[in-house]
Amino acid sequence: MISHPRFYWGEAGNVLTKPLFQLPIPSSRALVPTGYKYVLPDQNGWSRALHFQTAWILVLTGLLYFISGFFTGHFWKNLMPRKADLSWRVLFTSFADHLRFKRPSEAEAWSYNVLQRLSYLFVIFVLFPLVIWSGLAMSLSFVSAFPATVTLLGGQQSARTIHFFVTVALVLFLLVHIVMVWFAGFWSRMRAMITGRAGADKEPT
Amino acid sequence: MSDLSRRKLITTGLAAAAGVTGLGVAAHLAQSYGLVPPDHGGIYGLGETLTYASQRLLTRHSLAREFSRSQISKRPVPNEMPPLNAAFKRLQAGGFVDWRLSVDGMVARPGTFSLAQLKSYPSRSQITQLACEEGWSYIAEWTGVPLSHVLELVGVQPQAKYVVYFSIDPDWWESIDMADALHPQTFLAYGLNGEELPVGNGGPLRLRLPRQLGYKSVKFITHMTVTDSLKGFGKGLGSAAPEAGYAWYAGI
Repeated sequence: MISHPRFYWGEAGNVLTKPLFQLPIPSSRALVPTGYKYVLPDQNGWSRALHFQTAWILVLTGLLYFISGFFTGHFWKNLMPRKADLSWRVLFTSFADHLRFKRPSEAEAWSYNVLQRLSYLFVIFVLFPLVIWSGLAMSLSFVSAFPATVTLLGGQQSARTIHFFVTVALVLFLLVHIVMVWFAGFWSRMRAMITGRAGADKEPT
Repeated sequence: MSDLSRRKLITTGLAAAAGVTGLGVAAHLAQSYGLVPPDHGGIYGLGETLTYASQRLLTRHSLAREFSRSQISKRPVPNEMPPLNAAFKRLQAGGFVDWRLSVDGMVARPGTFSLAQLKSYPSRSQITQLACEEGWSYIAEWTGVPLSHVLELVGVQPQAKYVVYFSIDPDWWESIDMADALHPQTFLAYGLNGEELPVGNGGPLRLRLPRQLGYKSVKFITHMTVTDSLKGFGKGLGSAAPEAGYAWYAGI
């Protein structure tokens, strides 16, 4: 991104073609016209390696999560919104509660509320698959075997632009997620995440 | 903590032991099937190995996407280059008549080829994308002789595993495995969009490897060595790229 902060649509894009948009940041390459008089140091080598190794961890743990989620009924039991919750009134109340940073009651803390369920489903079944798909669509070698991966997205540069926006969405989700965990009580939520039990002090004996 | 955790602890322990054994066997198999890249060491080695191994298994014979003439980029990008050295300038002044590509190593008949010789061999064209690791790309029509044709002429020995290739710029050299070296779209390219390959795009002679990123398509090729081990080249990581922190295998 820093080596080429210009984004395009279609198959090909470079400094000689018109970008869809350009991030207002300096670049690590002198060739890119950024408007800045300086060029940042090149950090692409190790950061690419870190990126792809992390991508492998994401794909492998993601696969495990998907498989276990389907087999244990986790998605169905804990993430599918209850029918009764899918009304504008309930959604609005939940939305308003979030805006007021209302802490969940002890009973509510045992399960996800409707907004949580909807956003988790969106992140798990839309954003993560899309970020992996658009990432693979940029791989010259991968698309040589599976060309539809990139043509369905509208081209290699389109895939790069989609990858960028989905990443932004995932980062926003992460930030909001951390803020919400903080407001819901950081330590009790951390305990719940790690042990799978809502209140550590109310653990069944 | 209830007693279910003891059973869990035992099963987890057994699974971990099986996992470690499995990894050991997998590593051994990967090595013997040529699925481990030369830059497999270090903290990112696992990621590099997984990428190379899986792409080698999935894409050994697949062809890079080819485009229609109407998709060719209006101007192929001559990207930033270090200043060319005196040896290059001397050959350029002579119209590259004295440009030579030497091929040696594990071959039956080491040879030296002039541009005229390379152009006399059956030429092929491909309209493919050149994508840079930086994020930009362009589509162009490349003309050249398939590397496999030249490798056949010199007679590659069966135990050969890699082709190492060198630019006239001493800092730029790369290597590829035999799957890529013998791939039908791997060219010694001398033409671009129907004309002589411009110096800015790697002329007079560039290796064209459309299934990997641009930095593997080394410009100004003068020398190639066929080998079964990359240990004796540079720091033994396979090419100049890993020595600069980049991946040896650039299929992604």
